[in-house]
Order: sequence, then structure tokens, then C-alpha cells
Amino acid sequence: MNKRAIDIWVGFFVAIGVAALFFLALKVGNLLNFKEERNGYELMIKFDNIGNLKPRAPVKSAGVVVGRVEKIRLDPQTYQASVRIHLENQYQFPRDTIATIFTSGLLGEQFVGLEAGGDTEMLKDEQEIKKAQSAIQIEKLISQFMFNQAQSGATASASNSGNASPSAGVKP
Amino acid sequence: MSAILGWFAGIGERTRGAIARLGFASRFFVAVVKASGSTFTRPRLLIRELYHAGVLSLVIVLMSGLFVGMVLALQGYETLVRFGATEAMGVLVALSLVRELGPVVAGLLFASRAGSAITAEIGLMKTTEQLAAMEVMAVNPIARVVAPRFWAGVISLPFLAALFSTLGIYGGYLVAVKLIGIDGGAFWGQMQAAVDWRYDVMNGVIKSVVFAFAVSLIAVLEGYDATPTAEGVSAATTRTVVTSALAILAIDFVLTVFMFRGSVNG
Amino acid sequence: MSKRIDKILVMSSSPTPDGVAQSENAGDGSPMIELSDVAFGYTKARQILSGVTLSVPKGKLVAVMGGSGCGKTTILRLLCGQHAATSGRVKVSGKNIDEMSRDELFSHRRRLGMLFQFGALFTDMTVFENVAFPIREHTDLPEPVLHDLVLMKLNAVGLRGAAHLKPSELSGGMARRVALARTIALDPELVLYDEPFAGLDPISLSIVGQLIRKLNDALGMTSILVTHDIMESLKIVDYIYFIADGKVVAHGDVQTIRQSSDPFVKQFVNGEPDGPVRFHYPAKPLADAFSAGRV
Repeated sequence: MNKRAIDIWVGFFVAIGVAALFFLALKVGNLLNFKEERNGYELMIKFDNIGNLKPRAPVKSAGVVVGRVEKIRLDPQTYQASVRIHLENQYQFPRDTIATIFTSGLLGEQFVGLEAGGDTEMLKDEQEIKKAQSAIQIEKLISQFMFNQAQSGATASASNSGNASPSAGVKP
Repeated sequence: MSAILGWFAGIGERTRGAIARLGFASRFFVAVVKASGSTFTRPRLLIRELYHAGVLSLVIVLMSGLFVGMVLALQGYETLVRFGATEAMGVLVALSLVRELGPVVAGLLFASRAGSAITAEIGLMKTTEQLAAMEVMAVNPIARVVAPRFWAGVISLPFLAALFSTLGIYGGYLVAVKLIGIDGGAFWGQMQAAVDWRYDVMNGVIKSVVFAFAVSLIAVLEGYDATPTAEGVSAATTRTVVTSALAILAIDFVLTVFMFRGSVNG
Repeated sequence: MSKRIDKILVMSSSPTPDGVAQSENAGDGSPMIELSDVAFGYTKARQILSGVTLSVPKGKLVAVMGGSGCGKTTILRLLCGQHAATSGRVKVSGKNIDEMSRDELFSHRRRLGMLFQFGALFTDMTVFENVAFPIREHTDLPEPVLHDLVLMKLNAVGLRGAAHLKPSELSGGMARRVALARTIALDPELVLYDEPFAGLDPISLSIVGQLIRKLNDALGMTSILVTHDIMESLKIVDYIYFIADGKVVAHGDVQTIRQSSDPFVKQFVNGEPDGPVRFHYPAKPLADAFSAGRV
């Protein structure tokens, strides 16, 4: 193996190695978005319950990713979850924007959804989104549903007492 | 009673041996780093070793990467299809490769392909008195033989790990999109939304760099420290592969705990 | 430098060693190497050398002989500063090796050449690169000069045509000659040969032997030859030291050794299996060692 061939091979190796690193950073890891993200601003939101929201979860508006969750901690005074989100500068939101925690799909990842309001004044760095709607907790939903069913069943059986035909509700 | 004492003595002796070995390894590391000047002022030495450690490991690493990615996609599909989440295939393949499989499997392959070759070569040079000959010619064998091989390993492995992940993701793409028929847009889009270059890609690269230092040091150390006989060299080569594999897996655990703990705890 | 190169050219063109003129600085009698009462052991329990005293005058070719494992190679390692003597003094051109600083030791090694037992050629380089190695490492000669210099050295050992071969393609004798060319690449003042004849056929053996003598005289080097090949050594060397049990047991010039009545020397020269050097490794009497003896 002569020197030139070795040089060419090593050059080729280093070139495709660097190319692979760039591929991972740009195409897979979305480095370009990250740069814009760093130029963004941060907002605070207080939720009663964040469910399974995690740091780095996406922040979406109308389904478009506009930022990421930076930090989550518990506010010791109000016992609310204080969520800090990072938004890109190109996306500005009015002061009366509503933040909601959604779940993508039935069991999917949770994310923060922003719904723009009609205020003319925009939110600035380190300000707080006042209107926040907590995560929908499946356990609560189910228990609520069961409770409602039981209640309606109970009222139905109470109103139908004395009737010969058995109700479809819960038996007393 | 004496049997138990003997058992404890055995443990103590092994511990002492392991600590002494670790101390020797760190002193050797310092010696290699100190003698590294000529490696970078005379790039020809380094290029030759880059060829042996890097270029010659390309085929095995690229092929393995491709197959690992394809298998990941096939196995992942089985699970994801139950939850109707096959669009997350890109995320699954990319995250497992970039965070774990890329650095770890590439490291293991590198240890068995290039690490063992480095150990055997240095060990054989010692056995045939080539290292002693250099020393007598007033040439420091650590600077001339060990350091270029060490740095070539340190440089090669991160590239190989990145190539492994890249080919793996491509293999996953082939199976998921071309074979199974998942939407290509969803494959890449979900991947890009979920993979963070700081947390996932950079941490993967850091892992591969740490593995590169560990495997390269083990390889040159075992070669330089080999008993200068045929059996000695073969034992040293085996030790390189075994120790490197254990070191990679142990270091991987420690690094993973520190790197990704944040996202696990929430 | 140029004078020395001329000498190599003259030497390689004259086929017989007898035609070589003694160089002017050779054989002026002042000792190049002095070992006085040198002891050495890797461990306290096993002393390899215990009080060796010998001296090698400048420009001479001296053989150090003894059975396998008697510490001959250790003497060479002491001389190149790979080991330090446990006690006694090892002096090279008047300087004590143990007292040399790191830099002094390196410059000492640059003026020293050593031929290893099996050549120790670098297996990943061609013959040319092997010989060029010490020159490249220690000088900044431009490539054309280096090229000519290496070919001259190879020509001196008769292997100019093999410059492009790899060490694995050489026979044992050729490899030894390439190693010899590499050893003299930087024109050392002192050359140490560690078993240069081991494993060579009679023809290669006498070629290497003649080369050692010729190079010693032509380059005005001082040479120490460690070997157990008595016949070849008697043909080429100036003086012989015999070592046994870590001590010098006999020494003298070729004539003295040939006529010596010393039992050790006689055993060695005639190759008798038993004599002062025992055939048996120290052991209990045979009857005790056999199981029958214990019944």
C-alpha cells in the first residue's frame, strides 16, 4: 500500500466521519432549529397539574412546534407546577394566550398547546401566561365518568322504583 | 476458619492487583500524553495508524450499523403497531442508535477489530525486540509506536460511531419506509421533533469519545505490557477485547445515569 | 562523515577482509569500555552477574562468551543503559553510565549501535525504511542524501538489491545483515552484537562474521560480540572473555585461548558435554529422586 493510497483512504474516512456527524446533528437532531431556539425568549406558566409533562416536551401552537419546555418545578407557595417554556423569537403571542396540556394520541407524549387570544400587546421575555388549563388526567376522567354513571343509574332506579321492569342502570 | 480467611485474602489480593493495574494504567496514560508531541508534528505516523484503526474498521462497522438499524425497525414495528404508533419508528430507531447502540456497538466492534490488532502488533514488536531496538537507537518507543496508535484510536472511534448510527438510521429507514410502508415524512419528522442534538446527539458523541480513550488506552497498554512470548501476546490480545468490552459497558452505565437522568426524573 | 563513507565504499569493493587497512583511530589502546566488579540481579535472590571486571580497548573486537543464560546479554543491556548495575561501575569512554543524566544517556545511545539476537527489524517497514529509520529519527537530511546514504549502508552488507523487500521476505542471514546495516546507519563508535550468529546456516554465519570484522576495522568502531559460537569467534575477534556463573573465568587473545589448558576453556572450545560446566542441573542423587528409592 503506497503512501498516496493511504492518504486518500484516510481522507475519505475522515470526510465521511465528519459527514455522518453533521447528518446526525442536522438531519436527525435538528441542529438548525436549536440555533433559532437559543435566540428565543422564555415564558412562565402555572398549572394545577401537569400530568406527565417532561422537560424538552414540545410547545405547539395550531400543531406547529414553536418551542420547548425548559424546566418544571413545584411552586412551594401555591402548590402549583411552575413550567418554564422557551419560545422562538419568530413566534410572538398575545397576552391573553391560553396554555393547555394536551396528549398526542391516547397514550402519547404530552405537550403544551398555546392558543392565541385577541390582545394587541404581545408577551415578553420572563412574563407569565395567566390562562392555563391543566392536563386531562385519565384517572380523573374515568372516575368522573363512573361517578356520573352511578349517579344517573341511582336517580334512574329511584325514579323507577315500583316499576316492574328492571332498569339498565346499576342495581340498587 | 482458615478457608474463610484465605478467601478474604484472595479478594484482598485481587483488589490490590486491580488497583495497582489502574495506577499503572494512569501512569502509562500520562506517559503517552507526554510523549504525544511527535505524533502531531509528524502527521505521517498518525495517518498510517488512522488507516489501520479507522479505514480498515469501516466495512465491519458500516455493515453492522446497517443491519442493526434494519433489525431495530423490524422489531420496533412489532411493538409500535400494537399501539398504533408506527409513526414513532423514526424516533425509536434514531434515539436507540444515537444514544446507546451507536457508541456502544461501534466501541465493541472497534475493540475487537482494531484494539486487538493494536495489542497484537505492539506485543509482537516487544517480543521481537523491536521496541528495545528503538530504545537503544535513542528513540522513545512510547512516542514512536504507542502514541500514534493511541491517538489514531481516539480519533477513529467517534467517527466510526457516528457512521454506525447514520447507517443504522438509514437501515431503519429502508425497512420502515421502503419495506413496511410507513410514511417517510412521519419517519423523519417525528425523529427530528424528538431527537435533540444537545441531549441526544452530543451525549452520544461524548460517550463515543470516552469509549475511544478507554479502548485505545487498554489496547496500547496491554500490548506494551504483554509478556514477550507467543502466549503472552495472545493472552494480552484476549485481555484487550474482554477488558474493553467490560469497560465500555460499565462506563456506558455511569455516563447514561449522569447524562439522561434529567429526562427520566422529569 | 565523508571519510567514513569512502571507507565503506572501499571496503565493499574489496572482497577479502584482509585487504582492509586499519583505520587511524583504531587500536590506540585506551579503554573504550571498563566494567569493574559489576554485579547485577533482577531479584536479590537470583544474581546474574557477581563481580565482572573487563575492559575493551578502543577499536578492538572483543568477544564475551559463555553458556546460555550466563548473563552475557545482561552485560550488553548494562552497556546501553537499559539496566543499572546493582554494584560496581560501568564506564563508557570514561563516563559512568549510572551517573549519566537522561540527555547524556540519549546521546550515549546515539553513538552506540546494537544488533539484536534476531535482528529486531521493524516488520511494518521495508528494508530501506528500516535502515533509514535511525537516520530519519536523528537527522534532518534531505531525502536524496538520505536515499544515497541508506543505499551505501545496504551496499556495505551486500543487500542494495533487497531495499524494497519486507523483512518477512528475507532469509535469516539476510535479515541479520539488514539489521547490521541499520546498526551502523549512524556510524556508531561502539557496536554491541547480541548473538549475531544464532540460527544461521554456515555460509550466512561466516558472511556475518566477516562483515562484523570488516565494519569494525573500516569504520574504526569498537565492538563487543556476545556469542557462544566459539569457532566463528576465534576466526574474527581480537580478544575473548569467558563468563560463567556471573564471573569472568578466563580471558586472553585468540592464540592464548586456543592453547589454553584451563578446563573451562577446553570444555568450551572442544564442546565437551561434561566438565566444569555440569551436564546435570543441580539435583538430589538419582536414587533419591526415583520413587523406587523411597520405598
